Amino acid sequence: MTSPRPELLAKLTPVLTKRWLSPDAWRIDTYEQLDGYQALRKALKSDPDDLIAFMKDSGHRGRGGAGFPVGMKWAFIPQNDGKPHYLVVNADEGEPGTCKDLPLMMNDPHALIEGMIIATWAIRSNKAFVYIRGEAIHAARRLRNAVEEAYAKGYLGKNILGSGHDLDIVIHSGAGAYICGEETALLDSLEGYRGQPRLRPPFPATHGVYGCPTVINNVGSIASVPHIVLNGGAWWKSLGSENSAGTMIYSLSGRVQNPGQYECGMGITLRELIELAGGMLPGHNLKFWTPGGSSTPMLTADHLDVPLDFDGVAKAGSILGTTATMIFSDRDCPVYATYRWLMFYTHESCGKCTPCREGNYWMTRTYRRILSGKGTHADLDTLLDTCDNLLGRSFCGLGDGATSSVTSSLQYFKQDYLDYIEGHRRPLLNEADLVGAH
Amino acid sequence: MLLDNEELKAQAREIIARYPQGKSRSALLPMLHLVQAEDGYVSGDGIGFCAEMLGLTKAEVAAVSTFYTMYKRKPTGDFLVSVCTNTMCDVMGGQTVYNVLSEYLEVGHDETTADGKITLEHAECLAACDFAPVMTVNYEFYDKVDPEQALATVRELQDGKLPQPSRGARLCTLKQLSRQLAGWSEDRKDALADTGIGEATLAGLRLAEKHGVAAPVGDVELNTPIRVEKK
Repeated sequence: MTSPRPELLAKLTPVLTKRWLSPDAWRIDTYEQLDGYQALRKALKSDPDDLIAFMKDSGHRGRGGAGFPVGMKWAFIPQNDGKPHYLVVNADEGEPGTCKDLPLMMNDPHALIEGMIIATWAIRSNKAFVYIRGEAIHAARRLRNAVEEAYAKGYLGKNILGSGHDLDIVIHSGAGAYICGEETALLDSLEGYRGQPRLRPPFPATHGVYGCPTVINNVGSIASVPHIVLNGGAWWKSLGSENSAGTMIYSLSGRVQNPGQYECGMGITLRELIELAGGMLPGHNLKFWTPGGSSTPMLTADHLDVPLDFDGVAKAGSILGTTATMIFSDRDCPVYATYRWLMFYTHESCGKCTPCREGNYWMTRTYRRILSGKGTHADLDTLLDTCDNLLGRSFCGLGDGATSSVTSSLQYFKQDYLDYIEGHRRPLLNEADLVGAH
Repeated sequence: MLLDNEELKAQAREIIARYPQGKSRSALLPMLHLVQAEDGYVSGDGIGFCAEMLGLTKAEVAAVSTFYTMYKRKPTGDFLVSVCTNTMCDVMGGQTVYNVLSEYLEVGHDETTADGKITLEHAECLAACDFAPVMTVNYEFYDKVDPEQALATVRELQDGKLPQPSRGARLCTLKQLSRQLAGWSEDRKDALADTGIGEATLAGLRLAEKHGVAAPVGDVELNTPIRVEKK
C-alpha cells in the first residue's frame, strides 16, 4: 500500500478529533490539561449577545445534516420573554452510514459539555438535555460520568465559575427509534410520547420542549463551539471553504482499505479521501457512494472530484448530510442496496403521514419483485410515481430521505434494474421472499 | 406487583425529579427502561407501574412502549444479541452472520432460546459503519465480526463466560444494563475505562500523527472577552 501524497496528508485537520488519541481524554483531569474548559472561561466573561454575534460571524453551520447556521439558530431564541429556555443536544445518531458523534462522545465527552455550557450562557438557558440514542450505551456511560465530573468541579450546577450562570444537564437515553433524530419527533419523545414529528410552524425556537423556546443542535455542532471560541471565528472559516466554515469528520465505510474517521477541512473530495484511506480494496472499483448517509442521493465515480461541502454537493444534485460516505464497488448492487435502505425506512417510519407509511411499504414490495426476477418495466414507473407522492408530502425529512436512493439509483443505474427485469441477471431474492409482494 | 416495591417507587421518583416540575411525563422513557431492569421486558405489571407513578392511563403508556424497538414485549434473554443487517453491514457480511447465528441458536428475529438465555435480533444501523459488519451483545460492540467470531462469542455466552467486547464495557445482563438506560451511572469498578477505542475511529488521526500533521491554531487572547461590533 502506498502512502498518500504529502499535499493530501496536509489536508488532515484534526480539531474535534484531536483528543481522541489521548486514551484518558474522557476524564476531566486529562481534558483540562488539553485546553479543556479554557474556552468556557473566555465565553463566560463575554456578553451573551456578543457570543451569539461571534458565532454568526464564524460561519459555523450545523453538523447534523441540514447545515443551518448555528449562531442564527441561537439568535432566534426570544429574550426577556419570561419563559424558561432549553438547549437540547441531538445525539440520536442513526442515519445509515453515520458514525461520527458516538466516537466523539465516547472519547471526548467534556468537549460536548463545555460547548453546552457556552451555548446555554448565550441563549440564557439553565436546563439542557442530551437526547442520546438508547443503543449508544457505551457513549452514554462516558457522558454521564463526564457530567458528574463537571458538577464536582463546579462547571455545572449553580453559579458556574462565579459567573452567575446556572446549568443542569440531563442525559436522556432514547429507546430505539430512528425518527427521534428528527428534531420535533425528538422533542415529543423527550416529553414522553411516541416520537412523531410536529407540524411547523411554530418552530422549536419559540415552541420547543414543553412549549418553550428551545435550541436543538447536533453533537458536532456544539462540540465545535469551544474550539471556535478558543481559536476565533476567522480561524474556523480559514479551515473550510466558502459557505462551509471549519472542519468536518468524514466517516468512510465500505470498500476501502482503511475505513474510519478522517477529519478534514470542508471541501475535500472523495477521490482524496479514498487515497487517505489507502485506496479501494483490491479487486473493487468504485461504483456508487453516498455523500452523507442513506437519505442523501447516491453519487457515482463521475463525482469523485465534487468538493464535499454544503454548496459543492448540492451542485452535484445531492446533500452533504452527515458526511457519512458509504463506499460501494462494482461488486455491490445499487438495486439491492436501495431495497435494503427502504426496508429500514419502512421499519422506522413513525406512521404519522400516509405517504411515508404506505409509500415505503409498497416500494419495498416492488423491489422484492424486481430482485426476485419478477419485475416489470412498469414497476420502474410505479417507483418514480410513489417517490413523487412521498417527496415533500410528509411532515418530516424521513419520507423525503427514503426517496433519495430510489430516484438517484434509477437515474444512474437504470440498467441494473433492467438486468433483473429482463432476465440478464440472476435474481438475488427467491420466490419465498415474494409473499405479499403482489 | 412492582407497585409494592417501595425501593422501585423511590427510584421512579428520582427519575421524575430530573425533569422540570409539572413535566413528569418526560420520565416515561427512562421509567420503561427501569421496569425492564426488573422484569426483563415491559410487562403488563410494568405498564401499570409507569401509569400509576405518572398519572397516565395504561393505554397511554402502552402506546409509547410499543413504539420503541428497545422495549421488549415478551421475556428477553440475559443477553440480547443484535446483528446489524442494514445496507453497509449486510454488504460486508452482516446478513451472513445473522443467518449463521439464527441457525445455530434455532431462533429467528426477536426470539429467545429455549433456555431463556439469549435473544437474537437483526438491528438497523448501529452507527458503527466504519467497523462493519458489527454485532452487539447488550449493546456493547463486537466489531468486524465474521461468522466464526460471532459463533465463538455466542458459545462463550452459553458457557457462562462474558467475552470482552471490542468497544464497550464488560458485559452484564440486560436487566443490569437497563438501569444505566434508565439514567443511573456505571457503578462497576473500572468498567468506564475498559472499553477499546477501535482502530477505525483513529484511522485519520494515526495517519496525521505518523506524518506529523496537525491543525493550525488561532491567535486568540484567552483572557479577553469576546466583543462584536454591532452592525
